[in-house]
Amino acid sequence: MQNYVQIENAGMVFSTRKGRFTALTGINLNVGQGEFITLIGHSGCGKSTLLNLVAGLLDASDGVLLLANKEIKGPGPERAVVFQNHSLLPWLTAFENVHLAVEKVFGGRETRAQLKARTRAALDLVGLGHAAAKLPGEISGGMKQRVGIARALAMEPKVLLMDEPFGALDALTRAHLQDELMKIVAATESTVIMVTHDVDEAVLLSDRIVMMTNGPAATIGEILGVDLPRPRERLQLAHDPHYSALRSQVLEFLYRRQMRPQEAA
Amino acid sequence: MNTVTLNDRSLSVVMDAPETEVIPTPAAPTRRTPYFETESGKRFLEGTLNLFRNAIPPVLGIALFVALWALIANTGGKIPGPAETWGAAIALFSDPFYDNGPNDQGIGWNILNSLTRVGIGFGLAAAAGIPLGFMIGRFAFLNQMLSPIIGILRPVSPLAWLPIGLLVLQKAEPASIWVIFISSIWPMVLNTAAGVQRIPQDYMNVARVLNLSELKVFTRILFPAVLPYVLTGVRLSIGVAWLVIVAAEMLTGGVGIGFWVWDEWNNLNVAHIIIAIFVVGIVGLLLEQGLMLVAKRFSYE
Repeated sequence: MQNYVQIENAGMVFSTRKGRFTALTGINLNVGQGEFITLIGHSGCGKSTLLNLVAGLLDASDGVLLLANKEIKGPGPERAVVFQNHSLLPWLTAFENVHLAVEKVFGGRETRAQLKARTRAALDLVGLGHAAAKLPGEISGGMKQRVGIARALAMEPKVLLMDEPFGALDALTRAHLQDELMKIVAATESTVIMVTHDVDEAVLLSDRIVMMTNGPAATIGEILGVDLPRPRERLQLAHDPHYSALRSQVLEFLYRRQMRPQEAA
Repeated sequence: MNTVTLNDRSLSVVMDAPETEVIPTPAAPTRRTPYFETESGKRFLEGTLNLFRNAIPPVLGIALFVALWALIANTGGKIPGPAETWGAAIALFSDPFYDNGPNDQGIGWNILNSLTRVGIGFGLAAAAGIPLGFMIGRFAFLNQMLSPIIGILRPVSPLAWLPIGLLVLQKAEPASIWVIFISSIWPMVLNTAAGVQRIPQDYMNVARVLNLSELKVFTRILFPAVLPYVLTGVRLSIGVAWLVIVAAEMLTGGVGIGFWVWDEWNNLNVAHIIIAIFVVGIVGLLLEQGLMLVAKRFSYE
């Protein structure tokens, strides 16, 4: 598989008041075009930091990050981010929130009517065409997160970065959105890097699961290929022995090899 | 209303029911339900009752205040009582816009002149203070540079600025506007800066990922996010401005509510001074309430 996102020997050191803190070290990862990657690990293992490096919201202290053979310098719309807490602007409607992104990316090349059509299409894709005129305060958490996904997808990014996008949602809404995301990703052939702490979510969605060791100085502990055929069906997988085996491999890594550090520190 | 009509069937149900069943009260079918027993009538009654319940404490407070005032007026003798003041107020407000030369004008002219000064001074302060607040909030360097100066200038009593104004501007009118300006600018600067500093990092991350231009960042993120803070600053500022105008006018003269108070003191017309106090208070309250309405209109929470 062609290397689309290349992370070579990346490290991240934060300078804090207590001195230098090494969050990540020696990260090497290649992501192919159209691949779905999840980053999983205990909290504080730097998985969000790694995502922010790819997003360009943070600058790596060491190493190089490339997207389509170009070095990643700063954030940009070709690496759209779905934030954990949706980060919609509360004074703009769902439509306006998505349109802000559409306008920025396609504004120079397309007519107003085309831009509006793009915005509507993105909202329709996540099933929120009817809620376009609603403000974020007027819709549920799951709907807000879907608007966030629509905003990211509407930019037609090279890579879709998702930082625990369903972490704040209840289990039923989460399952529903996971199913929708699988359909959308299959239809758009997006390249996705997603941070999660949910083992089932990781196995269900990923082509490969990147398991991270505990911080500080976290790195990639193991990469697990998920060779389950697509489209994947949640209910069938529940009885699939191969699914269970993959799931226990992740659990094994997280709870035996990387025991959650005691809260003493 | 639950009106129960009895017919043979319902009667038999009632008759056959065991003793423990709730027996429907037989309502007189021909009587029209009185208005206060209908839904809308009940709502009306409820609403009126609530209105009274909410009105009782403030009305009681004002009544006590007036009674206390009357008591003091009766014992002291120098202060006019409520009735006398009320009479003077009616005489005064029956002709608010007469003009007998610069030292004798109607109360309406005095209020309008003061409001104009406050408007100009406050407007200038907003025009300078809000952009300054944005810049202080956005650039930490500027913040650190200016915070000691603001720290020193902000607590200075407004009237201490008057001599500087008179010296530089030479005239009384612009000097009092200057005093309004310099004393009402700080709440707007500080609140705007605080608002900019408290913008959630998430919003700025959105701006960065989208690569928005500075203009778009300002119009779509900074301005709407900070607007509620700005309006709080504006509200505090207009309060300060109105507070200061009376004192400034007392010193500078001219037509205005503050000078009018001083003039009436020289005339020993105490009733008019008390009226002026009420006028100042009520106008200040209206200014503040008006801005509260505007602020509510723009809050997105």
